[in-house]
Amino acid sequence: MSETGVPNIDQIIKAGFDYGNKGTPVRRKTNRRKASVPYLLAGPAVSWLLIFFLLPTIYMFTVSLYTGTLGPTMQFAWKWNNYSTMLSIFGPQLIRSVEYALAATIITLLVGYPVAYWISFYGGKRKNVFLLLLLIPFFVSFVLRTYQWAFLLSDQGIVVGTLHRLGLVSDRFHILGTGYAVIFGIAYNFLPFTVLPLYVALERIEPRLLEAGRDLYADRSTTFLKVVWPLALPGVFAAFLLTFVPAVGDFINFEYLGGPSNTMIGHIIQNLYLANFDYPHGAALSFVLMAVLIVGATLYARALGTEAVMEATAA
Amino acid sequence: MTDRNDDLFKDPSFIRGMTQKRLSRRDVFKYAGIGAGALSMSSILAACGGSSSSTVKPGDGGGNLFSGKPNGTVNFANWPYYIDKAKDASGQIVHPSLEQFTKDTNIQVNYREVIQANASFFGKIQPSLANGKPTGWDIIVITNGETLTKLVQSDYLVPLPTDLRPNFDANASDAVKDPSYDPGNKLTMAWQSGLTGIGWDPKQVAALRPSKPTVTSIEDLFDPAFAGKVGMFGDNQDLPNFVLLTLGVNPEDSTPDDWQKAADKLTAQRANVRSYYEQNYINALNNGDVAITMAWSGDIFQSNLSGAADGLQFTVPDEGAIIWTDNMCIPVGVQNPVDAITMMDYVYKPDIQALIEEYNGYICPVPASQAIIAKTDPDTAKSELVFPSADLISRLHTYRVLTDAEQLQWNSLFEPIYQG
Repeated sequence: MSETGVPNIDQIIKAGFDYGNKGTPVRRKTNRRKASVPYLLAGPAVSWLLIFFLLPTIYMFTVSLYTGTLGPTMQFAWKWNNYSTMLSIFGPQLIRSVEYALAATIITLLVGYPVAYWISFYGGKRKNVFLLLLLIPFFVSFVLRTYQWAFLLSDQGIVVGTLHRLGLVSDRFHILGTGYAVIFGIAYNFLPFTVLPLYVALERIEPRLLEAGRDLYADRSTTFLKVVWPLALPGVFAAFLLTFVPAVGDFINFEYLGGPSNTMIGHIIQNLYLANFDYPHGAALSFVLMAVLIVGATLYARALGTEAVMEATAA
Repeated sequence: MTDRNDDLFKDPSFIRGMTQKRLSRRDVFKYAGIGAGALSMSSILAACGGSSSSTVKPGDGGGNLFSGKPNGTVNFANWPYYIDKAKDASGQIVHPSLEQFTKDTNIQVNYREVIQANASFFGKIQPSLANGKPTGWDIIVITNGETLTKLVQSDYLVPLPTDLRPNFDANASDAVKDPSYDPGNKLTMAWQSGLTGIGWDPKQVAALRPSKPTVTSIEDLFDPAFAGKVGMFGDNQDLPNFVLLTLGVNPEDSTPDDWQKAADKLTAQRANVRSYYEQNYINALNNGDVAITMAWSGDIFQSNLSGAADGLQFTVPDEGAIIWTDNMCIPVGVQNPVDAITMMDYVYKPDIQALIEEYNGYICPVPASQAIIAKTDPDTAKSELVFPSADLISRLHTYRVLTDAEQLQWNSLFEPIYQG
């Protein structure tokens, strides 16, 4: 042992090696069972991802390089221009889907943040009840709920009909068949995806921090801006991602609420697969969409710092 | 050991660097192996995803397949609400026409209403068909159009024996005999037919266009008086074929020039269209979102029956309408072929067809059933939408049959209209 107490190299070597009679070093047996436990624990998840995500993605990528439609004409042909064709034909719809999803996500954030704030800070003993109330409509099928909005927002229905009768709008005014109806539908359907991550992030804020803020002469709005908002920011990032990404690919809301110029990319992909049997083009367009979203998410993470996103996904 | 630089070894970060995992030669080999495995995986998957060439031979020369005796069961896949229903003594749902069949022929019918849409059903059976395996169905019912064309072109249907269908030959109506999509009925026999025409709400139409409160022509769909209240179908079959009628051409004989003119006409109409519907135009009509829309005959009929809205009308326009037919056909890999053809021919007996038709409300393929139905249900018997007159039949057209190359051109012309 040296004077300062830091072990020197000889002791380190001695600790790890056993010198046998022959004079050659023999490695001490490592505990194999302990070393393999992490791999075994991760095993099911990795296999799941491998079988149900990685393999289908590879297969779909192969299909996107085929030519022809379902049946004898579908041949593997290294057809890379499937991608450029789809991008050029459906570029506007892709941009439109991103716009709609962005608008809907901003709406859900604006609506969902106060809800999550109220439930976590003022919910008291009945927090779970309020969360349940938020989620109960979603026990009903997604399609049915969107269908019902088509009924509620119809021209002679409760909303528009009343507006007409009160004379507040022109005769030709309608909600269904416009982009606003589609954005509204997406916002409605994805609200829990926004509120729940926000709630979780707000829930983790120590209430004593708020008290500390008030002790330091902060009024309520300053407390919110300087204490609550920065601490809950990872939740906002998570909520944004969780809402935006599925919303871009949504194909139900357009079908029931939209009009001729509101087509979304999800509907086009569905049409390519199911109506035209055009699997190669459908696969190519799906990958284009995936690429757009991955690029977007990566830029998003970079802009906000990956730490924040990691925290958010942990939240 | 004393000539080593001990200060260096006292530095914790140095120790850390020495003890951290690095990329070793072994690791490089490992990752290269994984990468190569992934690349080869894709080709393996492409292979086991189903060979792209059909290995199925059609029916082994129809004659041999149908030369034996019936096996005693037949597996029949159909659309919902397409066959007569009744409740037996214990409250179970039964089909009188099928029970009669079993009594007469000793063949059990396994009737399943599993078809919701042509394309999705085809998607379900296509892997079996492509791999030469039985689909599990002896009779399937497919609408004429893209799916049926695909089945025919891929040789997935068994040619029907023309000598084993006396009832069909004797009783089938002219509209379903020898159709343009299946000359000589080599592969299909009609189950029921329907019309694509115009559905409209008389109250709204009168309010929007008092000068002419009835709808008689396809041009009414293009009338600016109804701007914003017009519904059209958003598919690549009903929509283009219907509009081709306004150009005065038969859709079956239309040329790419006609398609271009129709596409231009539809593009000009886009601003007036409320929405391009797939299935739910009937709700839009009921709710008042549209005043006039393309429609299918049976839906308006049933909507009025259920009292959803008062008095929606269905009109066959002056220019004509599109008749589509749901066809019974036998997929390759069939396990009970003789039973299948027996069943298919049996429904062409007038009394049996009368049982089915009374429930259906679609176009009956057997004119002789009209007299039988008139005894119990005179309204249905008189309806032009169930038993069209010869004059009406002359004004009906079927979908254009398209080859793969034509389909591409057709799609590229018409899809942007409803996928804007």
